[in-house]
Amino acid sequence: MPNRLSDRAAIIERHWREQARTRRLYTLIGGGGLIVVVALSLVFANEANAGKFFERLPFFFDFTKDLVPRDWLEVLRAMFDLPSPYDDGSLKYNYPEGRYLVTADLYIPEYIEKMLETLNIALLSTVIGALFGFVLSFLAARNMMPNALVRGVARRFMEILRAFPDVVIAGFFLAVLTLGPIPAIMAVSIHSIGALGKMFFEVVENADMRPEEGLRAVGGSWIERVRFALVPQVLPNFASYFLLRFEINVRASTIIGAVGGGGIGELLRLSISQGHGAKTISIVILLFGTIVAVDQFSAWLRRRLVGGDAFLPAT
Amino acid sequence: MLVLTATEMDAIALRHPHAVRPPFWAVWRVPAMAMAIAVYVLFSWWFFGIGQVLATTNWQIAGSYLLQWVTYEYRPTIAIDKDGAIKVGYPRFDPIGPNPDPAWMSLDRGMMERRIEAPASGAAQTSGFVASPFMAPPAKPATEQPATRREEVVKRAEVRFTNEARLVVTPDRVVVDKDGETLTLSVNHDDEVKAQGPLPAWATQKRAGDRVIVAFGASGWAQIDGSSVVIHKRFFGWVNFIFDTNSAFFGKSAGEVLHLVVSGERLDPARSNLALAVDDFLHNPSWQHLDVWTKLLETIVMAFIGTLFAALVAFPLCFVAARNITRNRAANQITKRFFDFQRSVDMLIWALFFTRAFGPGPISGMAAIFFTDTGSLGKLFSEALENIDGKPREGVTSVGAAPIAVQRFGVLPQVLPVFVSQTLYFWESNTRSATIIGAMGAGGIGLKLWEAMRTHTNWPNIFYMVILIIGTVFIFDTISNALRSRLIGRPQH
Repeated sequence: MPNRLSDRAAIIERHWREQARTRRLYTLIGGGGLIVVVALSLVFANEANAGKFFERLPFFFDFTKDLVPRDWLEVLRAMFDLPSPYDDGSLKYNYPEGRYLVTADLYIPEYIEKMLETLNIALLSTVIGALFGFVLSFLAARNMMPNALVRGVARRFMEILRAFPDVVIAGFFLAVLTLGPIPAIMAVSIHSIGALGKMFFEVVENADMRPEEGLRAVGGSWIERVRFALVPQVLPNFASYFLLRFEINVRASTIIGAVGGGGIGELLRLSISQGHGAKTISIVILLFGTIVAVDQFSAWLRRRLVGGDAFLPAT
Repeated sequence: MLVLTATEMDAIALRHPHAVRPPFWAVWRVPAMAMAIAVYVLFSWWFFGIGQVLATTNWQIAGSYLLQWVTYEYRPTIAIDKDGAIKVGYPRFDPIGPNPDPAWMSLDRGMMERRIEAPASGAAQTSGFVASPFMAPPAKPATEQPATRREEVVKRAEVRFTNEARLVVTPDRVVVDKDGETLTLSVNHDDEVKAQGPLPAWATQKRAGDRVIVAFGASGWAQIDGSSVVIHKRFFGWVNFIFDTNSAFFGKSAGEVLHLVVSGERLDPARSNLALAVDDFLHNPSWQHLDVWTKLLETIVMAFIGTLFAALVAFPLCFVAARNITRNRAANQITKRFFDFQRSVDMLIWALFFTRAFGPGPISGMAAIFFTDTGSLGKLFSEALENIDGKPREGVTSVGAAPIAVQRFGVLPQVLPVFVSQTLYFWESNTRSATIIGAMGAGGIGLKLWEAMRTHTNWPNIFYMVILIIGTVFIFDTISNALRSRLIGRPQH
């Protein structure tokens, strides 16, 4: 035999084979376990679902057919509240009814007005979240708040705000306040305070402390140190997180709208559940366009603010 | 050392004004931003009518709802009969259970002559139940003369809310003590309640003679009418969390239950006590443990399968989307725009679509998560692929490996940890989102939670579900963080 192993090498070879076998066995058990879990999960989900997957699958395309409008101009008419030639008095074609009149002739189309309302909910909540998060972040950062008690309270407070699912907060305020945008604003802002506060205080903790030391040396008060040593450093990063949160909040406020918080989400849910093809498609296009536009705009602004570093893939 | 005098400083400032005087925007940027934000907030205040809504909101309701998250009430009604006999009754499904004898209520009993109108009341019952012309007219009372009977009745009822607050009901007056203040209310059967002396701050009466509501803070409140006093006695905690009032184990201590389960007589001859106890616990009608847990499992399954399938589909597609793997710009662009489309249509829209198609339930939620995250994961995967080091690939290619082998040994070892870590991260965040899209009809605990919230009454159950959700999210966060830091080799977050 040409490449015969020495005795010691043979022992190593045997050990390696044993370990490789164990490893393969574990991989096999793991993979098999995963397949079993997935199969059980699928069966369980299918049992729990109102419609069974394979029963409903053929009808899936029926449902998609419902969404195709009678002609594609209908989508534009629905979006801009123009009267439809198919108008038969039903809810399906009553596009002009939702017009938001500015003057007698000039109007904002309903969906665009609602989309703006959703955007405004998201923006206001992000602003509120950023204002409170800004204050909390300096109280929660180790380098600015030597008092462990204050720091701990601030951090726990933000954790609690973050932990509650926003749909629970929205539901609570829907019960206390009336229906409409304010419960959505409350829910989204409360969640934003927690989320932004956490991002902000991590930025503050990573700030360069030399300007702060300089100000401390000349007797600057806490507020002066924050204002002149830290804020100029952290503001670009804060703004970047603010924009990121705004993107998330646009989606969140749409979703909360769909469960009763006003805005475009509610209209989308209604028109999908009533099978109004043209209306649904025009809302989806509007939403899709807005989300893409907001994402692109915020990515562009963030790139200008903090440079390309913020765009490394999140690993 | 260089020392400048004031005149020299002024001279320099004169020669180089830009060096001493910072540009306009550097000075006014922050105040201008603050101003803009203030203006925007004021605008939104007006736009949404926030001030108006906040002013008209009844914040007491909010407080009482929040209190109900962690408290429960017993609601006995102390009724005063026309002849002065007092009767204490509980609503049918009161959590106190059958045969209540709470320690916070003491009843003084005594004998009393009562007029009994038994036949008349019997007839009234029948006719009140189904008063229909097809039935025979109610039988005439056997005796026109009402009988009298001596029977034992309650003459005085005392409810202790706290050590300093109590309420005493006697046939013609209700006396409430709180923190040293005493309110005496005289009551009669014409539903007239008269306070003797001024009302203290904790008692409210809308009009003179109307009912009086006395509040004892977190320990409850009571409503005093002319002929009845409704007590709301509040306790901290969740009532009947393990066994409901219908259970054979209701009201037994942990030791007694354990004793029954281990060595007691069978309470139900058909089953062992253990099976009975487990069954009673799981099907506890007020908490519905089994149902809540099943729904929670649905949510977990939704997030798990949705993310797993999304990763499985995104995996091959990302090789097509990566510029450095597939050298075909058209294929790259089409795949990337497809990912963008899936991501931007948003989970909400997908969830609404699939709920319409498959009906409410985890399949719809699963499909929504799958569609959205195929896009998100595909984008991240292809970005990771575009950032790889090309050298291992060149090495494998140079020894003449087949294209698949190049990817397997030259590319995959570099990106697989990143892929798995990102998938885990999405799994974790989808456990949160699954709750929310559930509320829109995609099933799982989100839907159950949302339905409970719409009733505005079931706050303890809502809190129970919220705690379960937060706990689940926390557990999955921890697992996924631990796995990711092992994969990537450095701590996350």
